[in-house]
Amino acid sequence: MNNILVANEVSKQFGSHIALNKVSLEIPKNSIYGLLGPNGAGKTTLIRIINQIIYPDQGTIFFDGKPLQAQHISMIGYLPEERGLYKSMKVGEQALYLAQLKGLSKYDAKNRLKYWFDRLEIGDWWDKKIQELSKGMAQKIQFIVTVLHEPKLLIFDEPFSGFDPINANLIKDEIIQLRDKGTTIIFSTHRMESVEELCEYIALVHKSQKILDGKLSDIKKAYKNNIYKVGLGVQSANGLLEDLKDKFEILSSEYVDNGLQLNFTVQLPSEDTGPFLSHLSGKANVNNFMETIPSANDIFIRTVQSK
Amino acid sequence: MGKLSLIIKREYLAKVRNKSFVVMTFLSPILMVGMLVLVVYLTKINDNEIRTIGVLNESHYFSTDFQGTENTSFVKLKDIGLEAAKDSIQKMGFYGLLYIPNEQDLEQVASRSFFYSKEAPGSFILDNLGNVFKDRLRMQRLQELGVSVSDFESVDNDYEIKTASFSGEQNLKGITEIKAFIGGAFGYLIMMFIIIYGGFVMRSVIEEKTTRIIEVIISSVKPFQLMLGKIIGTSLAGVTQFAIWIISVLLMVGVLILVFDIDPASLNTGASNAPGMIGGAAYVAASDSAMQLYANELFKIPWVMLVCFFMVYFVLGYLIYSSIYAAIGAAVDNETDTQQFIFPIILPLMLAIYVGFFSVFNNPHGPIAVGFSLFPLTSPIVMLMRLPGGIGEGGVPIWEIVVSILLLMVTFVGIVWLAAKIYRVGILMYGKKPSYRDLFKWLKY
Repeated sequence: MNNILVANEVSKQFGSHIALNKVSLEIPKNSIYGLLGPNGAGKTTLIRIINQIIYPDQGTIFFDGKPLQAQHISMIGYLPEERGLYKSMKVGEQALYLAQLKGLSKYDAKNRLKYWFDRLEIGDWWDKKIQELSKGMAQKIQFIVTVLHEPKLLIFDEPFSGFDPINANLIKDEIIQLRDKGTTIIFSTHRMESVEELCEYIALVHKSQKILDGKLSDIKKAYKNNIYKVGLGVQSANGLLEDLKDKFEILSSEYVDNGLQLNFTVQLPSEDTGPFLSHLSGKANVNNFMETIPSANDIFIRTVQSK
Repeated sequence: MGKLSLIIKREYLAKVRNKSFVVMTFLSPILMVGMLVLVVYLTKINDNEIRTIGVLNESHYFSTDFQGTENTSFVKLKDIGLEAAKDSIQKMGFYGLLYIPNEQDLEQVASRSFFYSKEAPGSFILDNLGNVFKDRLRMQRLQELGVSVSDFESVDNDYEIKTASFSGEQNLKGITEIKAFIGGAFGYLIMMFIIIYGGFVMRSVIEEKTTRIIEVIISSVKPFQLMLGKIIGTSLAGVTQFAIWIISVLLMVGVLILVFDIDPASLNTGASNAPGMIGGAAYVAASDSAMQLYANELFKIPWVMLVCFFMVYFVLGYLIYSSIYAAIGAAVDNETDTQQFIFPIILPLMLAIYVGFFSVFNNPHGPIAVGFSLFPLTSPIVMLMRLPGGIGEGGVPIWEIVVSILLLMVTFVGIVWLAAKIYRVGILMYGKKPSYRDLFKWLKY
């Protein structure tokens, strides 16, 4: 069984509003899985169903091969987008409480908390009240509480919001380390650069439906459109550009370096770059030749807008 | 440790450690005792005022009748006209002037007499003055009829019909009211507890929503567990508060007994060993034995049973109402939005108290009293007002108790089920003030 979580045609309706429409997902073990989609697409509903906060109208979820059950709660860690802590409770007490709710014994919870508090260098916060902490500090506590019970599946909804860049990096490194230790991570965010950086797989949900999923590198391959960036060394403007424009679809072009370099982007009819390159050979020096690969951001925007 | 008990423990500690809880627990008995002392003291001051009344008596009657008492003294005026008397009374700052004109007979004297005063006189004063005239008139009429005073007194004894249940148990006058009052105290306690601690539950739910911790918690436990734990934990805090109050009251009573050296036993037996004074002692003895009867009757109230039923009705009533409070807390984002939902909850509680005090006092087993003691939203209060009258014959029929508890249980299950549904949806809804229609929709999610 290579998938930690499989969703099978999951649907959920609130009144007349359809929040999820037959969404199926397969989340491979030991990966970071990006769950993407515009606001209101149904991501949070799906995440809540995985956490058994709400229940699907139709469809089933399998966790590690078995239908999702109450006992799986202790194997899932969830950091919601809307998150907070009791203001008047002390940090340590609160972390202990939340850890025990996840099924840890008081003793284990205490030891692990000590470890994490030292690791994130917040050991002296134990007796502080939450209302004395800044937002970023509180986020650290929430992160610790989410991962403390060493769940098999971690779900982070916008984990970096509220963090300064330094702490965001710290948390990012922790997430990668957790993945390396065998944890599977579902990562929901609007920050495409972190998707690019972290996610091996993605799924795109739009208007209650899954419209795209798979390995990010495969998706990129599928979305590439044979556009290449080319830089040619030329002696002078000797009609080469006009010749190229005749034979190929040139999207944009410019001369730089006092007319000694011609940069342009070209749309080739197929993946085969041979005819294009052989056409160039002898006419100019190819200084650079690079395929443009669409970013996750491009894919997101293109897919969502085309629907 | 189970998750529910974890939640209960946290809710309990969060409540008990709260500063306002500590302040309220220790301050409110002091405030209450302070208020009581203040009221007693003020009443005393009010009564301590000594009023001086001038009496201008031109008749032959009443020459010795107006004797001063603790708070009234009479000054007799002589050889002075009415107007002059009024003037001098005002100048001397007396309370008022009683003018008794000289007429042919007592009847006319009495009917022409006047009491002048600056302000409208209190009823206490008027009763005192009026009684003097009444007594005089009665004596004179008795003399005219040739009846001696002692004969008259033997005729004029109070009569009251004695009542008993079919099994022959005697009832005492007013005992029904006293019992209803004791029940009323229990009912009132339940109402206060529901309103105060239901409010705590509601605020605690709102706090979880506004701090956004709710989703973290319900990814670990079921919303229903959280709701139940919250309700139970908060009520345990309330029970703690009551326990502290009861213990401190007992301590205070103990201290009072020690400080003032009151022998509790002497309160009951004090008057009976005074055989010398026939008239007075007889009266005292009579009232003493009545007291004894009332005391007996109060002891006969099945306290243990009453406390047991108090617990049953209290627990069920509190659970019903506080789960509604929890649902309201879940539905709104802040406390100001709760008003429209709270009013319908307070309504049956207030109704129960009013029905209890008006209907149960008059007729503990009348149709209204029975109806409201069966209706689940009012039964915890109204039934408790009826119960001190006993169970079974002469009291509340057993079937009524069974039905009311059964109805309460069914309602409890139903309401908690509905409340849990609203709660489950509401805790994840932000930024919208829901209408009743929305709540109804949530039930179907």
